[in-house]
Amino acid sequence: MKSSVSTIQRPRGQGLVWFVPLAVALALVPIFFNNYYAQQATFVCMYAALALSWNVIGGFTGYPSFSTAAFVGLGAYAGAILQNAGMPMVLAWVAATAVTALFAAVLGYAILRMKGHYFAIGSIAIVESMRLLASSWSSLTGGGEGLNLPIYPGGPDHAGRVFFYAMFVVMIVAAVMSIWLDRSRLGFGLRCVQQNEDAADMVGVNVNASKISAFVLSALFCGTTGAISASWVSYISPPDAFSILMTLKVPVMALLGGAGTVLGPVLGALVFVLVEQTLMSRFLDYSQAMLGLIIVFLIFFLPGGLLGAGVFARISARIARLRGVQA
Amino acid sequence: MSALLRVDGVSRYFGGVAAVSKVSFELTPGEIVGLIGPNGAGKTTLVNLVTGVLRPSAGRVWFEGADVTAQRPWQASRRGLARTFQIVQPFPQMTVLENVAAGALFGGGAASRAEAEDIAMEFLEFVGLTPLAGRSAMSLTLPSRKRLELAKSLAMRPKVLLLDEVNAGLNSAEIGAAIELIRQIAARGVTIMLIEHLMKVVFSLCDRLLVLHHGELIAQGDPRSVAADPAVVKAYLGSKYAAQEQQASAAPAGTAQAPGEQHE
Amino acid sequence: MFLDPQILANGLMLGALYACIAVGFSLVWGVLNVINMMHGSLIILSGYLTFFAWLHLKVNPFLMLLVVSPVLFAFGYALQYGLINRVVSRPVLTTLTLTFGLDMILYNLMNVVFEATPRRIILDLGSLSVGDVVLPNDRLFAMFLALGLTLLLFWVMRSSRAGRAIVAVRMDRDAAALMGIPIRQVYAMTFAIGALMAGACGVLLAITFPVTTNISGLLLGKAFVVCVIGGLGSVPGALVGGLALGLIESYTGTWWGPQTAVLLGFVLMIVLLMTRPTGLLGKAGYE
Repeated sequence: MKSSVSTIQRPRGQGLVWFVPLAVALALVPIFFNNYYAQQATFVCMYAALALSWNVIGGFTGYPSFSTAAFVGLGAYAGAILQNAGMPMVLAWVAATAVTALFAAVLGYAILRMKGHYFAIGSIAIVESMRLLASSWSSLTGGGEGLNLPIYPGGPDHAGRVFFYAMFVVMIVAAVMSIWLDRSRLGFGLRCVQQNEDAADMVGVNVNASKISAFVLSALFCGTTGAISASWVSYISPPDAFSILMTLKVPVMALLGGAGTVLGPVLGALVFVLVEQTLMSRFLDYSQAMLGLIIVFLIFFLPGGLLGAGVFARISARIARLRGVQA
Repeated sequence: MSALLRVDGVSRYFGGVAAVSKVSFELTPGEIVGLIGPNGAGKTTLVNLVTGVLRPSAGRVWFEGADVTAQRPWQASRRGLARTFQIVQPFPQMTVLENVAAGALFGGGAASRAEAEDIAMEFLEFVGLTPLAGRSAMSLTLPSRKRLELAKSLAMRPKVLLLDEVNAGLNSAEIGAAIELIRQIAARGVTIMLIEHLMKVVFSLCDRLLVLHHGELIAQGDPRSVAADPAVVKAYLGSKYAAQEQQASAAPAGTAQAPGEQHE
Repeated sequence: MFLDPQILANGLMLGALYACIAVGFSLVWGVLNVINMMHGSLIILSGYLTFFAWLHLKVNPFLMLLVVSPVLFAFGYALQYGLINRVVSRPVLTTLTLTFGLDMILYNLMNVVFEATPRRIILDLGSLSVGDVVLPNDRLFAMFLALGLTLLLFWVMRSSRAGRAIVAVRMDRDAAALMGIPIRQVYAMTFAIGALMAGACGVLLAITFPVTTNISGLLLGKAFVVCVIGGLGSVPGALVGGLALGLIESYTGTWWGPQTAVLLGFVLMIVLLMTRPTGLLGKAGYE
């Protein structure tokens, strides 16, 4: 009985079929290819981690968050400031993660009471406010001139590998978190919130605590990623750290992969970075327009994302069939 | 203290207008109580006040001896105070099974999702939705949605169940089945408060009635005496009719018409 | 300090422009429930059109109001009718992302065609001095035109057939549809009016400030803040919000520098979003 019941539920563990080989392939890139490819692979891992994170609040919970760059920027600045104050690099990353998580908890408490459009623009406004704050608070952040970080020793190839594996680990941890979340009590509660917030409240889901937890989980690895990339690039400035473009790109990747699917965002990030590198680098003057076209294409032709589309079509076909049987 | 739920002088104002005014009543374990009153009497508001959807402007709500006036809805359902909605509130894109499992997991405190699904199957069986367990909630018909709502609330293992017009929109065969279902729920030891327009349902199920009119509790007691109460008749049928009734009731009282039968 | 009439005058001139920037954005958001991320770029586009018409064709920028606004109206109508209408009932994430994507295309094309170097129209209309206060005439004209256009929109909403239809759709879309109002056309019309107002703003902006694509995000930010301060989808709200933001920026800008002024605007917006999401004037029908 039970096995027939769960056919409509999203298939569990299916994503691992392609995720594990993909992760292994990525891990081998810096071993077999030169630094340029290692760099691209680092971007894939970074954006995959960010898109997986966004998916927690934007996909599972259904809150249209555009605050990714706020967390990335905060993590970058926290990591940079701590590292410049003499903290060892990896410790600074961990500390930056903690700072970002704490910030997300406080911010979430404040802004998650907004819904829909208000939440969306509230979350964009946070990014803008933090960028302005970073530009004006010169004594701490170096203002508009930005901050330099110590260059990682051992030459560019070695550094490239170190930072690749750092990002790789973050991506894996974010993926494991997503898989856990999908099966957990919290994840189930978040899906209830996404479907009907009042009904979730009524069946006993602590809606506020769940939403704030989701927000913190969605910020956590953004902070780590920001701190790592600050060390990687050895320089940060307000417009790079709190980039409006990034805050949009990341949800687009998640949507491309299939928002709400467990590992779809990884696929979205991979495809996006590949397209960006092959197409946009050739038409440098039109890179933003390309991104715009991708978005328009995605919304009109792939509304469920690469993974979501198939799954959704299958479910709705099934529902239609069952309806036919009933009638 | 024998009362399971005690509502003590509860009022709620909306912009100066009292939707519920100084209402006090108790529910003792095991009883089925009907909450009746004309449209707009404040019945749903009262349920909202009891379950934490709304905060009372004045008065206290006690559940199992604890002051729960300031509780949130999720706390109410974890305590064992569940409700259904007049307009059903499913999780539309989840399966029927998942909907009920959500109740078992969060409100009912099941230890794991697997256990929650087992409990959910049990209550789907109870309300007769087992064959539809794998369907998405939004694909159900209205009577099935009402049953789903009921199964979801039951999976929370409530001590008190507040049913807000579970029969609205059902035909008479479906209502008969629903009455039977409510009786079975009560037999499991759940205390039930029923908001209902249909006197047929109220009279066949309820041990006691509460009558709300303009936000005030104008009568309570056993169904027969409440139905004969002139204030209740007046509230439902208007004062002119009540005067006629009073003259007529010089005749044998046993045949008293249930007030509000005209509603349906 | 509060009474320094020069700061007050600067604030009012700025505020009138902000009101004009926000009113079209607010209308689209209120009626279509779509956050139009292109709004800033539409303003810049018409600013460029005005500038180049002035530079090459020697067209008086004020006259361009009559040319640019209809062009933007048609552009907005086509865009809404052809593209955005298809997803208008989808969640915020979709509509916002779509208009953001369209904005990137427009922004990118403008950068390629017009280049990002700031372009400035120099009219030299002189200035009006009242006591110590100096009021540049071009800004003064722009202020009155901005206020005039905003009030004109208010009047159109109240008295015209199209305006009433828009208000009806805003209040209750389903009821309006039942009464035979063609929703799709009303949506396109609303978006077109939003674009028209952006067009008019672009002209006024080109007269008073240098035009560059770099500030399109800034202008969009102003529209957000004004909308939230004044309340969504109402002309008086946009007017109050615009003037309030103009004054706030003028005073804090003088005291603590322009960056703090902008930051304060955002902080105020976030606080208002949390405490009074319907804005200072509340949320009634679009009037």
